[in-house]
Amino acid sequence: MADFLNSLVGSIDPYMLQILVNVGIAIVLALGLNVITGLTGQLSLGHAAFMSIGAFTSAMVTIKTGLPFFANLAVTGVVTAIVAAMIGFPILRLTGDYLAICTLGFAEIVKVFFLNFEPTNKALGLTVPPAKTVIPMPIYVWVVAILAIVLVTFVQNSRFGRALKAIREDEIAADAMGINTARYKIQAFALGSFMAGIGGGLYAHFLSYINPSDFGFLKSVDILSMVVLGGLGSVPGSVIGASVLASAPEFLRFMSQYRMLVYGALLVFLMVFRPNGLLGGVNVTELLLRAIGKKPAGKA
Amino acid sequence: MFLQQLVNGVALGSVYALIALGYTMVYGIITLINFAHGEIFMAGAFVGLLLVATFKVNVFVAIIGAMVFCMLMGVVIELIAYRPLRKSSRLSALISAIGVSIFLSSLALMVFGADAKGFPDGAFPVKQIKVGSADISTLQLLIIGVSAALMMGLEFIVQKTKIGKAMRATSEDYNTSALMGINVNRVISFTFALGSALAAAGGVLVGVLFNAVSFNMGLMAGLKAFAAAVLGGIGSIPGAMLGGLLLGVSEVFGVAIGYSSYRDAIAFTILVLVLLVKPTGLLGQKITKKV
Repeated sequence: MADFLNSLVGSIDPYMLQILVNVGIAIVLALGLNVITGLTGQLSLGHAAFMSIGAFTSAMVTIKTGLPFFANLAVTGVVTAIVAAMIGFPILRLTGDYLAICTLGFAEIVKVFFLNFEPTNKALGLTVPPAKTVIPMPIYVWVVAILAIVLVTFVQNSRFGRALKAIREDEIAADAMGINTARYKIQAFALGSFMAGIGGGLYAHFLSYINPSDFGFLKSVDILSMVVLGGLGSVPGSVIGASVLASAPEFLRFMSQYRMLVYGALLVFLMVFRPNGLLGGVNVTELLLRAIGKKPAGKA
Repeated sequence: MFLQQLVNGVALGSVYALIALGYTMVYGIITLINFAHGEIFMAGAFVGLLLVATFKVNVFVAIIGAMVFCMLMGVVIELIAYRPLRKSSRLSALISAIGVSIFLSSLALMVFGADAKGFPDGAFPVKQIKVGSADISTLQLLIIGVSAALMMGLEFIVQKTKIGKAMRATSEDYNTSALMGINVNRVISFTFALGSALAAAGGVLVGVLFNAVSFNMGLMAGLKAFAAAVLGGIGSIPGAMLGGLLLGVSEVFGVAIGYSSYRDAIAFTILVLVLLVKPTGLLGQKITKKV
């Protein structure tokens, strides 16, 4: 089994493979943020902080214990979710932009904390030993990404997901309808951070080197752009947003030094021409059904 | 010692306040967190540097030149990147602002290179003045003086002029002011121009103070100034001044008592703590949500 998977991974061009893995990790991260910002409507500018907590936790678990990789990721996810719940408890009382700046501030604090944290080598960064698994990392990343897609799709259509959407649309009305808004918001925050933690763990073991500075404000912004670009609250949207933005810097590489210039301009133009995101307001299941002819076109 | 650090803190804080004013005014009117604002500050610093180094003008002229340039820049950015998104969700405009920010900082990286540039020697005559136990440099006096003058000018424009009245009306109620015959688009352009001019002045002052201008100086300064604006209560002009000064002073004191490696966390820790106690900032108005 492992040999077969290894040969499968070996048959893909390494450069392509790297882009694919980046996209896979980005999907996990974007879907996590999509639960917080897209489904529940709580703007977070600090998603990278949870990614970094996950990355460092997972790296330390690999260094200190002999846990197999899937157990490592589970522990990492739970630790991140607990931290998120503890932070979410006080700060989720804030609304709108005050919440946004608080998450941003928290992310900066986490970054500075890791920059001064002795066990993780402070600003030098941490070299991560290979993951304890026979399955090659790229396959692992994509299995987790697909699990994440399934998980968020289920959450979205569950009772829990409907409560989150109600909070997004109108918090006061949701409260009046008997939804415990504070509890649901914290749970959504914890779930999104759980996925961020796992994404961080994958990132750490794929790159095998992590540095606190990698998880700054720009990383959070990167993830947020994926969610907004794809279309808030849409799972296929987040997947597409993550795929486009995680691979864009690579595909723009031929422009060498103009790369980030074009990337910035691209963000502006995509937003100006598709203000609701690429798939915002588009029902993908509907489109698919139409495409295979199960449903006549034109009828909504 | 105390007096010395206080002066250092006020000098740094007044620059934060200058940048924070731009955030808070734009937010007050169109509720957009203008993430490109830090990059305008950076652009202001570069224009000031170019004027001083290449055209050999004095610092005051450089500040005015940078202000004029950034005014135009702010207006153009609003026109291209924010105006088409005025009616769509606020997050789209936020991402657009982030796009502008990435665009501008990479443009600066291409044009000016990656290393920090310093002002030429003698760009501003620095002398130390002894006041009690503190050494106050003329540079710090320049910063505090220019900032105070600009803030007074702003206060005059906002409180006493017709366009200032229009600004206050628009921030109170966007739709009603439009119905009352206020040209809202012009007010918004004017707000961007004012905010950008203040940021540009801040940029030149910081460039002279630290003697370093680099393509990525806008990011952290912008984030901290934004924190200052929120700390004071976003949308409130006196709040932004207060928040900026508070952050500047506490940062300098934090470094002075030995937390220099935590420097960037100090501002945000204060911010988070204050927001937990007072969720709309120090001088922000409590908004009662109507159903």
